[in-house]
Amino acid sequence: MNAADIPVLSIMLAIPVVAAAACLFVQAEYARIIALGATLANLVLGVGLWLSYDPAGAQWQFTEAATLFGPIGWRLGIDGISLTLIMLSVFLMPICIGASWTSIQKRVGEYLAAFLLMETLMIGVFAAQDLLLFYIFFEAGLIPMYLIIGIWGGQDRIYASYKFFLYTLLGSLVMLIAMLWMIQFAGTADIPTLLNTDFPVEAQKWLWFAFFASFAVKMPMWPVHTWLPDAHVQAPTAGSVILAGVLLKMGGYGFLRFSLPMFPEASADLIPLVFGLSMVAVVYTSLVALVQQDMKKLIAYSSVAHMAIVTIGLFTFNQQGIEGAIIVMLSHGLVSGALFLCVGVIYDRLHTREINRYGGLSVNMPKYALLFMLFTMASVGLPGTSGFVGEFLSLAGAYKVSTWATLIATTGIILGAGYMLYLYRRIAFGPQVNADAAEMADINGRELWLLAPIAVVVLWMGVYPETFLAPIRRDVATIVARVERVAPAGDSKLKSVDPTTARFRVDHGPEKNMAEGSH
Amino acid sequence: MELNASLSLVRPELILSFSALALLLLAAWREQAGRLVSILSVGALVAAASFVFAFLDNGTNVAAFDGLLVNDAFGNFAKILVYIAAAISLIIAPRYLEKVGAMRAEYPVLILLSCIGMGVMVSATDLISLYIGLELQSLSAYVLASFVRSDERSAEAGLKYFVLGALASGMLLFGASLVYGFAGSTSFAAIGTAMNADVGLGLIFGIVFILSGLAFKISAAPFHMWTPDVYEGAPTPVTAFFASAPKVAAIALTIRIVLEAFGSQILVWQQIIIVVALMSIIIGAVGAIGQQNLKRLMAYSSINNVGFMLVGLATGTEQGIAAMLVYLTIYVAMTLGSFVCLMQLKDKDGGYREDFGDISGLSKTRPGLAATFAIFMFSLAGIPPLFGFWGKLVVFNAAVAAGLLPLAVIGIAASAIGAFYYLKVVKVMYFDDAVDVIAQSDDKVLVWTGGLLAAANSPLGYFAIPALGSWTAYAARALF
Repeated sequence: MNAADIPVLSIMLAIPVVAAAACLFVQAEYARIIALGATLANLVLGVGLWLSYDPAGAQWQFTEAATLFGPIGWRLGIDGISLTLIMLSVFLMPICIGASWTSIQKRVGEYLAAFLLMETLMIGVFAAQDLLLFYIFFEAGLIPMYLIIGIWGGQDRIYASYKFFLYTLLGSLVMLIAMLWMIQFAGTADIPTLLNTDFPVEAQKWLWFAFFASFAVKMPMWPVHTWLPDAHVQAPTAGSVILAGVLLKMGGYGFLRFSLPMFPEASADLIPLVFGLSMVAVVYTSLVALVQQDMKKLIAYSSVAHMAIVTIGLFTFNQQGIEGAIIVMLSHGLVSGALFLCVGVIYDRLHTREINRYGGLSVNMPKYALLFMLFTMASVGLPGTSGFVGEFLSLAGAYKVSTWATLIATTGIILGAGYMLYLYRRIAFGPQVNADAAEMADINGRELWLLAPIAVVVLWMGVYPETFLAPIRRDVATIVARVERVAPAGDSKLKSVDPTTARFRVDHGPEKNMAEGSH
Repeated sequence: MELNASLSLVRPELILSFSALALLLLAAWREQAGRLVSILSVGALVAAASFVFAFLDNGTNVAAFDGLLVNDAFGNFAKILVYIAAAISLIIAPRYLEKVGAMRAEYPVLILLSCIGMGVMVSATDLISLYIGLELQSLSAYVLASFVRSDERSAEAGLKYFVLGALASGMLLFGASLVYGFAGSTSFAAIGTAMNADVGLGLIFGIVFILSGLAFKISAAPFHMWTPDVYEGAPTPVTAFFASAPKVAAIALTIRIVLEAFGSQILVWQQIIIVVALMSIIIGAVGAIGQQNLKRLMAYSSINNVGFMLVGLATGTEQGIAAMLVYLTIYVAMTLGSFVCLMQLKDKDGGYREDFGDISGLSKTRPGLAATFAIFMFSLAGIPPLFGFWGKLVVFNAAVAAGLLPLAVIGIAASAIGAFYYLKVVKVMYFDDAVDVIAQSDDKVLVWTGGLLAAANSPLGYFAIPALGSWTAYAARALF
């Protein structure tokens, strides 16, 4: 593999930065083309990365190491989990640029520069192999996002931008102290080494809470989720897509990369806390979503509910649960991104997010209604869409650990169907009560090009999830092996399970077990 | 022979002294010599710095004048920083001072004299030489604060600074006399030996008074009250100078006296430093929130930053001191840069503006200036990837290494409060409606200085980490 000599990850980090600098100095129309070109170039590189990634090869591939910055090592490298999340980022970025093509008219260059910097930072978070480098990428995302919400956001953008910034900052600062302690203890900031370092059990709990403070806010988990609806509602469409699509995944990635393998004992001890908060989140935020009048707020609350299923899946300590959680993250990244784009499409026409101002759009916007329907179904978790695969796997994994948590989380899916279908009915079906909404034109070519690729991937992931499971399977197994010694016993008293079927035939095995175990 | 050897060790101070005297004469013979004297003063600082630079990574500590001064890596690092900060303060000043009608040749001369004082401060190893250096620096500073005589605020700032500074000097002297009385010597080394044996109540009182006097000089809480008033009243280039060079010198002096004289009794002073550090961080952060004047805001910001630096001192370790010096270096770049930005806030009639209302929507009318200012604000807030983050990181890393976890956690949590007001500056510039009172800057010097300092604070600054790390490590080692 001669591609290994080229520092692909560094190039992927550098392209958006260079393009961002260029965007600041050229006129709006050129800036758009530069930004689109740069993000597409990164997408191509990302696809190349995916194709040349060897699921059976070394755990960390495309590794790079340079000592440019003294104690901060420029060490990059990806495993399958990072790969899928990087793919998600580079896939959504050109769509974000396209979504802002006409709706952003003021300070275009700066806007695109902020987005391009976001792309670098997102890739950096998933590719960093040095604890401090990870922290820098993780935290630096606050600045462009603060500006995106604050400058191009809606009415209450200033409140939302402050809340977003200070909430996430306070969470991460405590994590920084924990990181410094870990570096002192282990004598290295190298993440692969730290992954196999056994921290003293009594220290683990403190470290776990410090990381939890940051990731729970980022995720976001109830009760620290309140920044999310504000930030989502106020951010411009593309900002919401990035927030929901990728930034929330940093929390899940953090749990997966740090909390679980580095502090297994503490994670096992605190399963009740995570499950408890997630159960509350699933039910509470779903109910809140049910009564929203604002489309974006509704989707934002649904994000919190979906992320709660991710946390439940992650803390099951078994293969299905964690694989499912990753698939939910990917699926939610695509689906919520697409839903925000759908909101953006009609928002650009009528400039309101109020659900009651629309109605009967399937009459005058049939193509739009069809795509919107697909994403609604994916969000609900209909079999055949990406949502089903992830939710099923995580709940199947959770069932091995806690029947109650699974039961309650499943009600969230029912409630999810409730609020999403209710939303769809009010927007697309029924009589066309609002004359201006009835006159809106169907989606144009640009909007179709934004939504169609996502639709294809959503169906692909729903019909043949193996493509997405293959690269992560081995890395999830590594994490599971690492935490095995403290894995919870589970309350469902399963009959003996053939480990080969449980590990490799995840989509058939648990179904049977569940039916048996529930009696 | 002995005298010659000593003199050769204080060459930078000699160069500056002779330059100051010569330039004073030049100013007396020539009218309107302000600019010329400024340029020559910068030259003198560069010459002095070049002598110091050779010693930068030299590990030997050579005592001069029978132990009154020392030439070591620590003092030399601080001197370089002082000279650079002073040179920048000189470079940015002329146009501003001309505008307010105060460009006189005494300005650069006073800064040179102040630099001599600071050079003595950072290399003093005796209470007497320490006091001489401190007073030479302070007296020049009092005059500089009231340099724009016609401006009431400036005169008031000078008077306030003088009265409160004299009080602080008095406290310091009182403490010094107690320490002398109980330790039997004014030399740091001898005090250190005396403290090894037994620390009585008298010595502890002495230490408390000395530290109180020094806390005033570095504007650490609870002796910070003068800072906002003086910073607001003094002409902006002078404020930029106050916030950088004298702060470096006073902090270096504090480090040296604490470690060399009181070093053996860490339990005596550590708790004082911890309390002062936390109070400074919190008061600096909370006090800034309600400010409308940007110079006052920067004053609280400097109180806040001093608190973070003292976290490094509280560790009492070599790593902690090196971290402080890194922080100090980055702080000088951040704070000078912020003041350079403030100096560019000129309205269309040429008057200087310094309120929040004036920079409203600045990013639309002056995008370059707003972006530069925003970089300094994010850097001061310690948000990565800006370089200010690195300063905070090394300081807290030292605190964690020394086992001061509660201090680190409280300190870093308080930095989130501090982030709030830095963000407010960005918010006002970027999110609010434009008022369009600020004119295009006509001073290329300011634009370039600001741009260079912003580049140093940007992620490009990370490339300096290895060099900065090794110099500060040398400097810190000199004290242990």
